[in-house]
Amino acid sequence: MPTVSVKRDLLFQALGKKYTDEEFDELCFEFGLELDEITSEKDIISREQGDVRAAGASDVVLYKIDVPANRYDLLCLEGLVRGLQVFKQKIEAPYYRRVGATDGKPQRFIITQETAVLRPHAVAAVLRNITFTQERYDSFIELQEKLHQNICRKRSLVAIGTHDLDTISGPFTYTAKAPDDICFKPLNQKEESTATELMRLYKNDSHLRHYLHIIEDEPHYPIIYDSNGVVLSMPPIINGDHSKISLKTKNVFIECTATDLTKAKIVLDMMVTMFSEYCAKPFTVEEVEVVCPDGSTCLYPDLAYRKELISGDTINQKVGIKESAESLARLLTRMCLKAEVTGKADEIEVEIPPTRSDVIHACDIMEDAAMAYGFNNIARTKPKTYTIANQLPLNKLSELLRLELAAAGFTEALTFALCSQEDIADKLGKKISDSRAVHISNPKTAEFQVARTTLLPGLLKTLAANRKLPLPLKLFEISDVVLKDDTTGMCMYVGARNNRRLCAVFYNKIPGFEVIHGLLDRVMQLLDVKPSRDQGYYIQAASDSIFFPGRCAEIISHGKSVGCLGVLHPDVINRFELTMPCSALDLDIEPFL
Amino acid sequence: MADAGLAESVLERLEKLDCGVDSQDVASVLSVDHQAIVGAVKSLQSLGELISAEQRSSKHWELTAEGKEIVEQGSHEARVFNAIPTEGLSQTDLMKLPSGKVGFSKAMSNKWIRLDKGHESGPRVFRMVESIEDTVQDKLVQVQKGLTGKLDEKEKNELKKRKLLSEVTVKSYWLTKGPSFSTTVTKQETDLTAEMIASGTWRDKKFKPYNFEALGVPPECGHLHPLMKVRTQFRQIFLEMGFTEMPTNNFIESSFWNFDSLFQPQQHPARDQHDTFFLSDPAVAKDFPMDYLERVKKVHSEGGYGSQGYKYDWKLEEAQKNLLRTHTTAVSARMLYKLAQQGKFTPVKYFSIDRVFRNETLDATHLAEFHQIEGVVADYGLTLGDLMGVLHQFFTKLGLKKWVEVGNSGVFRPEMLLPMGIPEGVSVIAWGLSLERPTMIKYGINNIRELVGHKVNLQMVYDSPICRLDS
Repeated sequence: MPTVSVKRDLLFQALGKKYTDEEFDELCFEFGLELDEITSEKDIISREQGDVRAAGASDVVLYKIDVPANRYDLLCLEGLVRGLQVFKQKIEAPYYRRVGATDGKPQRFIITQETAVLRPHAVAAVLRNITFTQERYDSFIELQEKLHQNICRKRSLVAIGTHDLDTISGPFTYTAKAPDDICFKPLNQKEESTATELMRLYKNDSHLRHYLHIIEDEPHYPIIYDSNGVVLSMPPIINGDHSKISLKTKNVFIECTATDLTKAKIVLDMMVTMFSEYCAKPFTVEEVEVVCPDGSTCLYPDLAYRKELISGDTINQKVGIKESAESLARLLTRMCLKAEVTGKADEIEVEIPPTRSDVIHACDIMEDAAMAYGFNNIARTKPKTYTIANQLPLNKLSELLRLELAAAGFTEALTFALCSQEDIADKLGKKISDSRAVHISNPKTAEFQVARTTLLPGLLKTLAANRKLPLPLKLFEISDVVLKDDTTGMCMYVGARNNRRLCAVFYNKIPGFEVIHGLLDRVMQLLDVKPSRDQGYYIQAASDSIFFPGRCAEIISHGKSVGCLGVLHPDVINRFELTMPCSALDLDIEPFL
Repeated sequence: MADAGLAESVLERLEKLDCGVDSQDVASVLSVDHQAIVGAVKSLQSLGELISAEQRSSKHWELTAEGKEIVEQGSHEARVFNAIPTEGLSQTDLMKLPSGKVGFSKAMSNKWIRLDKGHESGPRVFRMVESIEDTVQDKLVQVQKGLTGKLDEKEKNELKKRKLLSEVTVKSYWLTKGPSFSTTVTKQETDLTAEMIASGTWRDKKFKPYNFEALGVPPECGHLHPLMKVRTQFRQIFLEMGFTEMPTNNFIESSFWNFDSLFQPQQHPARDQHDTFFLSDPAVAKDFPMDYLERVKKVHSEGGYGSQGYKYDWKLEEAQKNLLRTHTTAVSARMLYKLAQQGKFTPVKYFSIDRVFRNETLDATHLAEFHQIEGVVADYGLTLGDLMGVLHQFFTKLGLKKWVEVGNSGVFRPEMLLPMGIPEGVSVIAWGLSLERPTMIKYGINNIRELVGHKVNLQMVYDSPICRLDS
C-alpha cells in the first residue's frame, strides 16, 4: 500500500472544512483509506536522524494516508481532495477532455525503429497555460515520483519526463543510440557529458543508481530529441537540463516511454487528469500525435471513458444488501463512477472515468458500491453452506504422533525449513551434489540457500543453543523436508515434493542408543507395526557419515527402508558445536498413512 | 533425630523448672557442647508442640589463646621487665626472648626500661623503675573470672586491638514448656510405608508434618511447542466450523499457481526477487493443465469473463518459474481448480495452516518463513455480509474481536475463478492471518526469534501453559 503524505492545513483548505484528527480518520475509513500517521517533517527527521538534524526543519502537520495499491488517482493532494469532495457530494466529478492544439497542428512525437528492442512504447500530452505555485509544483514532482515507484515499477515499465514546452520545438524524435554517441547536459549539471560518462557518474547517486540497471548493459540507450537536436531526456534515467520545468513554466510537455503500453497510457492519464485542474481551461489536455515506426499514428492522452451495464440486483446479491437501483447509482456516483438507471428493469449504466484504471470488472463496481454503502452497515450473515469437515490424513497422523512423543518424554522443537548448504551437507559429512536439495537462486544470506532435506540439523542447532539446560536433552520434530523429485504427478509437477519426517535426538553424557531405539519401538507400537522380518519392522546395520561407525542402523518396514537411527559421529557433534554424545532417529512417516 | 537421649535430658531439665531456661545454661548443667543442645531443641521442635523455643542472641567477651597465656605468664612487657637483671641486658639478647619484640616497645613506652645505645658492649637495656604493676594481666584475669563489667569499653577495645580479647555472639534458645509438653519422645515417621499399612502400626505413629510451602518435584515429561499448541487450537476451530483441511505439503510451487492463477499480474511487486525466493534447481515447472493455462494467459493479456484484463504481454517463462510459495492461497487455487474439474459443483469450506516463505528483511516480527492460516468458502450466492459473518464467528471463537486486524479477507475475483471453470454465480470468500502473530500476543512474546527457530530457549517451551484461545 503506498503512503501519501499531505500537509494537513493545505488539505483542509482545499476541502473547505477543518476536521479534527478523529473526524478525518473516520472520513478516510469510509472512503477506503487509512490515516496511518500524524507527523511533521521535523518529527520524521528527528526520528530517523536525531534531534540535532531536525532543528530548523518544518513542523507543519503532515497526514500520512495509506492508499489502496491500485488507486493511482489518490496519490497526490489534488486527487485525494477531488475524490473526497465528490464522495461528500460537495462537487461533481470533473469531465476530462482531450482537445486539439489552438493552431490545429498537434505536437508530434516520432518513435523510431531503434527503440523496439528496448522500450518500444511512448505516449505524450501537453498541459497548456498551467499556473504553478510552489505547492502545486511540489505536488507535480511528487506525483511523478509516486507513480515511478508504484505502477511504473521503479521506472522499469514506464518512465515519465516533463518539459517546459516553450524551451523546445517539435516534432520530437524518440530513438536509441550508442552511449558514446549521446552527449547532453543532464538535469542540474553544469557540463555536457556522454551517456557512458553519465552512467559512471550516477553509480554513486543515491537516487538514480537504482535505475541504471534497466539500460546499463544495452548496446543502445533510449534518447529523445527535439527538432533542433536538443535532448529532452534519456529515459528512464534522466532529463535534459535545457527543458527543465520551473514555477514559471506555462506549457508542460509530458512524455512517457514504456515497455508496457497499457501502463504508459494510465500513467499519462493520471498526470494530466490530476494537474489539468490548474490549466487556463481546467480539465482539458492538449493532444499529441505519436507516430509509430510503422507510420501509424495515435492521439494521446487516451482519457478514455468506458461504460458498463450492471443490474442493481446483482450488486445487492453480491454485497448482501437491498438497495434500489437509484440508490445504488447515487452511491456509485459518489465514488467517481457516474451512474444512472437506464429504466430497463433495475439496470444501471456506470461510466468509468480515465482516473479509475483500477475498475476492470463489474466486481470492482460492486466493491465501490459496498464501500459507499459502508462496510459496517452491511448486516453480518451466516453462510448457509453445509459441509462435513475432514482432516488431512497426513496432518491427523502427525498431530496424534506429536502428542505421543511428548508423552514419551521428548520435547517438540520448531526449526526452519530453510537453511545453508553447509547445514545439510558439509556438517553431516556429505556432498551437497549428492543431496536431493532444492536450491534458492536469490537468498539474501547463507541461512536461506536450500530447503532442508533432513530435520536433524535443526534439532542439533536447537541443542547447541540450549547447552546450558540440564541433561539429558530429548527433542523431536515432526515436519516436512523438501526433496527434488522428477516423478510426474497430476498437474502438481514442479520437480520437487515435501516429505513428512519424524526426527528425534537424545543428548547426554552417554550416547543412549537404547533410548532412541526404544523410542523407535514405541513409535512402531503406536503405528501398530510389529517387530518382524516379514510382516513388520526391523533394524539392520548400516553405514552413514552422520553416524559413528558400527553405531548406525537402517529401519526396514514391510521390506522398505523408512529411516535410520544411531549414535552421531563425533565430527558431526563437533561441527554443530556440541560436546556430548548424541543419538538420533530419522523416520519417514508417510509409509504409515 | 540427632540424639534421642539428649533430647529427653532437655525435657527432664525443663520439667523441673516453672519458668524457662536458656539453652546455654542447659548445656553447662548437662556439660555438653551448646551446639548439641541446639540440635536436640530443633529435633524437639519438629515433633510438634512439646516445647516452645524462642531464639535469642547474646554477646560476651572471651580471652583469646594469647590472652590466656598472659593470664598465666604475665604480659609481654612485664616478662621483658622481669628478664632484665640490674646490670642490664644487651638489646640483641633481649630480642631473642619470646616476648622480646612486643614487650620491648611496650615496656619502653611505659617507661619501665631504657636503652643505652652508646654502651661499650653495644646497645644495652636497663630497668628504669624498681617494680611494676602488670595491669594488662590484671584486666585479663578479671575477664577470665567473668567480671568483664569491671572493665570499661575503652579498655576492652584496647585489649581487643591487641588480640587478647574477642567478642563472641552466642545464639541460644529460651526454652519453655509447649502446650503438649511431655518428657517422653515418640519417634516421628517421615512417611507412610507399605509395612505400616499391612501391620496397622500407622495407627500408633506420629508423622512428621509436610512443608507445604515448598514446590513439588517436576514430573519427567516431554513438552509441545507453544506455536504448535496454538496451531492445534486453530485446526480445532476450523474443524468445529465444518472446514476441511487442504493438502499444503508442497512448499515448492510454480509462479503459475502462486501468482498467475490468482490473477496476480506478472509485473506485480510481490513477484520481485526482493520479495520472493525463486529456485535455481529445479528452476522451472513443466507440467500445467494447458487449456486452463491458456485461459489464464488470455484473461491477463486480453481480458474476458467481463474483465478488461491487464493488457500486457503474458509470458509462459514467467509462470514456469519455481519458487517457495509466498502464501497457501496457491494451494487454495489448486483446490478450487480441482473442484471445478469434478463436473457438478458442490459447495466447499476449506482451511489450511502451513508454512509460507518471503524473501523479506528480517526484524523482531518478520522471519523468512512463517505459518499462514487460511479459510475459504465456495458456494452459490455468498455475499460480503456472509464474509463478514463468518469472520465474526471465527474471531469470536478466538475470543478476541480485535484480532480481525491481524489478518485480511476478501472475495476472490471472477478473473481467477471463471477461467478455472467455477460456475458463474458461485462466490468464493476467503481470509488469512499468520499463526505467529496471535501466538506472540497469546504468550506475551515480543521477538519472533524467541518463539520460532533453533535459537529458542527450551525452558520457554517447558514452561508454556496450554492454549485455550477462547479464555
